[in-house]
Amino acid sequence: MKTLREVAIGESVKVVKIHGEGAVKRRIMDMGLTKGTEIFVQKSAPLGDPLQVTVRGYELSIRKADAEFIEVE
Amino acid sequence: MEIKIALAGNPNSGKTTLFNALTGSRQYVGNWPGVTVEKKEGSLKKHPDVKIVDLPGIYSLSPYSLEEVIARDYLIDERPNVIINIIDGTNLERNLFLTTQLTELGIPVVVAVNMMDVVIREGDKINIEALSHALGCKVVAISALKGSGIDELIDTAIKQASGGETVPMHTFSGVVEHTIAHIEEAALHNLPEERQRWYAIKIFERDSKVMEKLSINKDILAHIEKDIKNAENQLDDDSEGIITSERYVYIAEVIERCYQRKRRAKLSTSDKIDKVLTNKWLGLPIFAVIMYLVYYIAMVTIGLSATDWANEGLFGDGWHLFGDGSAAYEEQAEMYNNSMLALEAFNPELLEEEELDAEVVVNSMRAFTPEEKTATVDVEDEETLEITQMTVYYDSIPEDADEETTVPVSFLEAMAFIEENGIEEPDPADYGTWVRGVPVVVEDWLSNANTAEWLNSLILDGIVAGIGAVLGFVPQMLVLFLLLAFLEDCGYMARIAFILDRIFRKFGLSGKSFIPMLVGTGCSVPGIMASRTIENERDRKMTIITTSFIPCSAKIPFIAMVAGAIFQGSAWVATSAYFVGMAAVVISGIMLKKTKAFAGDPAPFLMELPSYHWPSISNVLRSTFERGWSFIRKAGTIILLSTIFVWFTSYFGVVDGTFRMLEEEELDLSILAAIGNAIAWIFKPLGWGTWQASVASFTGLVAKENIVGTMGILYGAGDGTVYQNIAAAFTTVSGYSFLAFNLLCAPCFAAIGAIKREMNNIKWTWFAVGYQCGLGYVVALMINQIGNAFLGDVNILGLAVAIAILAYMLYMLFKPYRTSSESLAGHRV
Repeated sequence: MKTLREVAIGESVKVVKIHGEGAVKRRIMDMGLTKGTEIFVQKSAPLGDPLQVTVRGYELSIRKADAEFIEVE
Repeated sequence: MEIKIALAGNPNSGKTTLFNALTGSRQYVGNWPGVTVEKKEGSLKKHPDVKIVDLPGIYSLSPYSLEEVIARDYLIDERPNVIINIIDGTNLERNLFLTTQLTELGIPVVVAVNMMDVVIREGDKINIEALSHALGCKVVAISALKGSGIDELIDTAIKQASGGETVPMHTFSGVVEHTIAHIEEAALHNLPEERQRWYAIKIFERDSKVMEKLSINKDILAHIEKDIKNAENQLDDDSEGIITSERYVYIAEVIERCYQRKRRAKLSTSDKIDKVLTNKWLGLPIFAVIMYLVYYIAMVTIGLSATDWANEGLFGDGWHLFGDGSAAYEEQAEMYNNSMLALEAFNPELLEEEELDAEVVVNSMRAFTPEEKTATVDVEDEETLEITQMTVYYDSIPEDADEETTVPVSFLEAMAFIEENGIEEPDPADYGTWVRGVPVVVEDWLSNANTAEWLNSLILDGIVAGIGAVLGFVPQMLVLFLLLAFLEDCGYMARIAFILDRIFRKFGLSGKSFIPMLVGTGCSVPGIMASRTIENERDRKMTIITTSFIPCSAKIPFIAMVAGAIFQGSAWVATSAYFVGMAAVVISGIMLKKTKAFAGDPAPFLMELPSYHWPSISNVLRSTFERGWSFIRKAGTIILLSTIFVWFTSYFGVVDGTFRMLEEEELDLSILAAIGNAIAWIFKPLGWGTWQASVASFTGLVAKENIVGTMGILYGAGDGTVYQNIAAAFTTVSGYSFLAFNLLCAPCFAAIGAIKREMNNIKWTWFAVGYQCGLGYVVALMINQIGNAFLGDVNILGLAVAIAILAYMLYMLFKPYRTSSESLAGHRV
């Protein structure tokens, strides 16, 4: 299983499934990361974490620990 | 009929700008009950009977974040007549997600598509009519910033409020709709029809807060649960996931129909700016430069001169209008002071006369022949009371003289100065345009009115000084707030959180906590007020509690005094004070985060990074003045009252059986001294259980630099200098314990007022102050007991307690805690 955390910077991926449950999962999906959504990994912060991704036309900051919940292809 | 409108929308959608455009200046800023989340209400321009409430900026109506719960509770319980849903036209997709939920509430919705001017400028097209049709509600195109479309929006909203209807056009997939219909029929048939759908969807999502509220019969619930399970199995996701996914799928269809996007270059201006500002290599240096500028402008240049003007000019003796004459006066005053030092060094007896006559003095000076070419004089530092021996030369100062310890005026130069200018101290009013300060003017009035002495003192030292203490902070605060509002509005503030998240989240703070801490090195009051920029309530509370641990500039004279009197001026005292402060922030963050009140946020940290844009001046100014005013209003009273209380207790006391007002030097007879005496035992375990030290700590509550003045009075009597007496009263261990306690314990009243303003809750204010005092106490206790044990002076009980506290703190520090991500990591499939 490949997660968003492992995606190289500058790569585009598609969401396969959001793992986890409750607040974590809901919050990730509320921000527009749902099945089939395209994610472009812009960069990581200067200190290496969090990540900045482009999703549904806007920029989103997500911690690497949370990015592990997002299965991508 | 009174109409109630709720304004809802995503953060960064222009909601605040729209709210300002809708209400003008008729706003009331308060808090939502029981929380530190700000609540704004106002009445509509030209329609004073129409009330509008600004809901917190939210992305969804889930039960997981405080803001979302506040917003949806308001919508369900208060049922406004109409909801204005503002959406960002340049980011329709995510913004419409909230819209799909709002339209299900059974309340008429008017969608305001904001930033329409930007959409058009970029060559995109939004078909408003098609959008209105697709969403089942009225849609108006506006530009909140430019003010276009606002009138149409108001008219539409008012029309919709009476008799308007919003019917959600979106349907979920067959099996979900089937279940929702089932839920409505089984559990919600008592509710009005238009409200059933929202509740039914929430029950389908197993929203615990809604289920609790509805208290549905167990059998029915079990029945419904079977249907939900069935849907989940068919669609291979949990029910919440199904609903969220299907909403976004539907939005994609709507966008397809209503939105035409022009092909454009890959990178927008905002993207290009971002490439530089959060660059891997440049990001941190640029951040450091921006922070330096904020600090330099707010705390050093403009901010400091504003504070000096407010404290020493407006609420001091007075000031030179536009600086006219101030340079000339200062030069003259410095010459005068140095001349007096030169005179004092060679023949101090000349200055002993009551009335000094310039001619007599000059004649005696001329007749004077020194035995040696140099003499020395003791000079007391105004701020720290430290005494330095300075050298004065008789005729001329050699070029290799040490600047630090030489009075820059020789005896003969002093003589020439007195001959020319007389021996009167220069009066600033004689130079340029002098404006008298408030206390001077008030004092004049009082002496004209012949009021009693105690009344004069109450008005001058109590009330005027108290008001000065409140207003003195305001100019600097406004400068800071202006910069913060600018950083927030242009989009950089979110990047600060992005850049620093990795460091600050380790101890329960947001990256945005950096600014309050940085500003706190200058003054905790604006520092605490700056915590308003932190969205997350827990991070905000934690920042408010810990900001004042960072030594502010008012603590520096005190630190210098302890270093000078007890540690022979060692530089490590000041360095270690900053280290103690920072350690207190980190330790508190880590420990408090593990307590129940601060337990990890259930929702993960996903933050939108808004596009950069040029801030609107009116927004920035409005936010600046709103924050400044709220400090005066909400923090002012507590500061004023406590200042008056300390004034009263320190200027009154019982002398020889009669209660009367005291002179400043009689502090040892005051009520405050009696209080100090009564509570001194509390500080015994800290090594300095004397009434003098207790009283000094007390007066530090008015302003931390007062500790020095109080120590000067209390240790000034008797033989020896103040420093010698202090050195005799403290050991190095108890001295450092005294320093640590006063660094960490409750900050000054102004900062406590700021804490109260920001917490907006008396319980949390007490918690903050109690925690600070408690931490100060146990840290000082550990320093004293363990320090003394090292020096061979063991107090078994004290040492045992100190070690027990140390062990508990270490346990709290290293005990693992569950964060949202980590606690759920175990559940991952």
